[in-house]
Amino acid sequence: MDNITKTELDNVVVRFSGDSGDGMQLTGTLFSNLSAILGNEISTFPDFPSEIRAPQGTLGGVSGFQVHLGSSKIYTPGDDPDVLVVMNPAALKVNAKFIKKGGVIIFDADTFDKSGYDKAGFTTENPFEELAISDTIQLIPAPLSTLTQSSLEGFGFDNKTVLRSKNMFALGLICWLFNRPIDQAIHFLQNKFGKKPTILQANIKVLTDGFNFGNNLHLTVSTYFVEKSHETPKGKYASISGNKATAWGLIAAAQKAGLQLFLGSYPITPATDIMHELTARKDMGVKVVQAEDEIAGITSAIGAAFAGSLAATNTSGPGLALKSEAIGLAVMAELPLVVIDVMRGGPSTGLPTKTEQTDLLQALYGRNGESPAVVMAAGTPDNCFHYAFMASKIALEHMTPVILLTDAFIGNGTSLWKLPKLAELPDIKPHYVKPDMENYKVTSRDEKTKVRYWSVPGMEGFGHRNGGLEKDYYSGAISTDPENHQKMVDTREEKINNISQYIPELKIEGSTDADLLVIGWGGTQGHLMSAVNSMNKKGKKLALAHFNYINPLPKNTIEIIQAYKKVIVCELNSGQFATFLRSKVPAVEFLQYNKVQGQPFTVSELEEHFTSLLK
Amino acid sequence: METTEKIRNQYTAKDFKSDQYVRWCPGCGDFAVLSSLQKVMADLGIDPHQTAVISGIGCSSRLPYYISSYGFHTIHGRGAAVATGVKVANPELTVWQITGDGDCLAIGGNHFIHSVRRNVDINVLLFNNQIYGLTKGQYSPTTKKGYVTKSSPFGTVERPFRPAELTMGARGTFFGRLLDVDLKTAQMTILAGAKHKGTSIIECLVNCVIFNDGAHGWLAEREFRADRTIALEHGKRMIFGKEGNKGLVLAGMNLKVVTIGENGITENDILVHDASCEDTTLHMKLALMEGPEMPIALGVIRDVAEESYDAAVETQIAEVQVKSKIKTFDELIESLEQWEM
Repeated sequence: MDNITKTELDNVVVRFSGDSGDGMQLTGTLFSNLSAILGNEISTFPDFPSEIRAPQGTLGGVSGFQVHLGSSKIYTPGDDPDVLVVMNPAALKVNAKFIKKGGVIIFDADTFDKSGYDKAGFTTENPFEELAISDTIQLIPAPLSTLTQSSLEGFGFDNKTVLRSKNMFALGLICWLFNRPIDQAIHFLQNKFGKKPTILQANIKVLTDGFNFGNNLHLTVSTYFVEKSHETPKGKYASISGNKATAWGLIAAAQKAGLQLFLGSYPITPATDIMHELTARKDMGVKVVQAEDEIAGITSAIGAAFAGSLAATNTSGPGLALKSEAIGLAVMAELPLVVIDVMRGGPSTGLPTKTEQTDLLQALYGRNGESPAVVMAAGTPDNCFHYAFMASKIALEHMTPVILLTDAFIGNGTSLWKLPKLAELPDIKPHYVKPDMENYKVTSRDEKTKVRYWSVPGMEGFGHRNGGLEKDYYSGAISTDPENHQKMVDTREEKINNISQYIPELKIEGSTDADLLVIGWGGTQGHLMSAVNSMNKKGKKLALAHFNYINPLPKNTIEIIQAYKKVIVCELNSGQFATFLRSKVPAVEFLQYNKVQGQPFTVSELEEHFTSLLK
Repeated sequence: METTEKIRNQYTAKDFKSDQYVRWCPGCGDFAVLSSLQKVMADLGIDPHQTAVISGIGCSSRLPYYISSYGFHTIHGRGAAVATGVKVANPELTVWQITGDGDCLAIGGNHFIHSVRRNVDINVLLFNNQIYGLTKGQYSPTTKKGYVTKSSPFGTVERPFRPAELTMGARGTFFGRLLDVDLKTAQMTILAGAKHKGTSIIECLVNCVIFNDGAHGWLAEREFRADRTIALEHGKRMIFGKEGNKGLVLAGMNLKVVTIGENGITENDILVHDASCEDTTLHMKLALMEGPEMPIALGVIRDVAEESYDAAVETQIAEVQVKSKIKTFDELIESLEQWEM
């Protein structure tokens, strides 16, 4: 014990890595949740292989789960891990290049044998030397498999079942390393396995043994402690993924608007969890049609919107491409519709499990004809809730399709979520026809906002024929009149532009007299915020303008951007938002920082690049 | 507007006519189906504002503009999916889908088979003129092999779909067929389709005077129609013909036309139509009969009772709601693992 030191850290990054079947996600989730209960800020990110179950112990089967804990506000799951837990040599090989100097690697020594090395493609018997990390890393070898086996002796489980509890041994060990009492973990296990007492007992036993194993280690190793965060506003919190938050934002909006929620959906990575969340909510009357394809997903939703529901469809890039024509129909029919695109690496099938921001121009322009739609983007896992809610509100109050962009990173990642109450959320008032309205036509609209009045089947006296053909502005009948078409095109455009009056103005983070204005949008929010804050703490002068509303842009956008000498647009694509901004603010020279690798930014690469611009 | 001062549920066909000028070519078979539909809508007595007519793209898909109800002219091929959304969102509505052989069976083929498979309670009028009319005369998935069209100047080399086979292959619960000029059978068939709970496929044999005139001419000719078609009715013997003396019997595995009074055949030998039989074998045989040996089957060929998709969705929601404690968003939030900070 004498050699074990206790280091207090402001924040720490832990990555759990193993085979897809090793239960790393559960271990990571339990660890981050119990840290949050003890007062830490948390942010997590899973990293799945696209294969469901690749051969055990091979590089292709490695799946990871990263947890970032902080005693002050944290915005990302962290760049490189301080602590790496690897369940086999393959997991070591995949992650070795990321571990921080001086970091700790806990590894299952039982899997570090000839067979394990072969499967991972190591050519020697010392993988740490082979990876040239043996001098810079602290190693904690723990024969997790045999220790778990002896821990569960007498339980009468078969070996396969026994080894499934290895992850609990690792969790116990991690709790020791971070000076965490295990009571909270036990409490979680009681909730999870309460109905299976033997499994519960077994997991608690292994967890406790893992913790005690750490306690009895006689190694020169540092343990860590992360103090409570005092920056987190008081209140009730939970950990939530972006996809779940998105689904729940729709649920909240439906209840607020007094409408039934309908989702038309076709499974697609990484967006499917939104459907899973919603179809589980039959208790709240949510209707989900798992459609025969992406097109039926959106067109069934358009049917539901026509029939008076809050209608949504969720997808990823390839699916958004298939939905293009139907989004055009919703534009033309002026129906409320929420289209959620959880972006992934493209083009084509691309990198289905990896993150990118490459669908922006598709969302803005990927339709035939002059076809304006609202485009928004959530920035963090927890604010997916807010933006899904706001997307619904805008769709219903302005009678338009709204495309909400999230991505694999924030969709699958989790963050701390301050729990909302329905009463605290803004009202949603669908733009219904007024009951006393005379001579209603399908094109009847509020002349000021250009928003069409919504009448739905069942309302007596307001029957109408809607459709994708151009309509006469006044009578709503089919029209090919040249001037009328111009007027209708202009009207649809004006209706969308007018929404800028109803969305919040752009707010600047950091200093107003900054030497560099950093511009971002959507899921890069955490990384950009962390980089800008960190540099400002070091005495640099940076500002961040992060966009969640893209079409229309906040009405003070031009004014803000023009106030800075140097402006850089950072995004996970080749410059799509920069291109868009150039069309809106032509006088400004926009620098770009782009990355298209299927991975989020790292805070360190951003800081490095910004620093180079300030020289 | 469709507000009426009349006693509810008392309608005439006129109450379902919109103020729009009907823009089909003079002589088009679609006119007859439109007026049959309006007549059936009146007979059903369902309020126009509780009626939704959904279509895709094509000549026939203009139909919703001509019905004074809620209507939606959507995009090519997707009518079935839009109609599914409408019906699931509000099962109280009576939902009609208007489609053509191209809209339904080419670009919309996937939605067609899946709406039939799910058995969504929508009434589908499938206008089959065996040609693309609106794009001016290309062959469709139902055009007879060898037929010369603008896109098949040397004759098509494609084998056509037979809508009845697709419907039954997709486990359809209702299949009927009508001929544009045979108003009585048409109305009877549409009415039965409307009353059926589930996806009702009604194949409407319509004539395109411009691009495929006489496609159904063989059976449409007034003087031969009674001999060349048979209007099937559930529970009735399969008797047809100008003299009412022809009938269908089984000969081995196949249907055969016989004449009552000849070769010792009596009326009692003639098959009785059972539209409600779950097994598709005989329905398929009837639906696929072709001239000149056999009459073309019209009327309700198949009408099998089974729970509709939209009803099943409602039932499942009700079952879950009885068991769950979560009713509101705030209760949903409470169900999360959460902590004070």
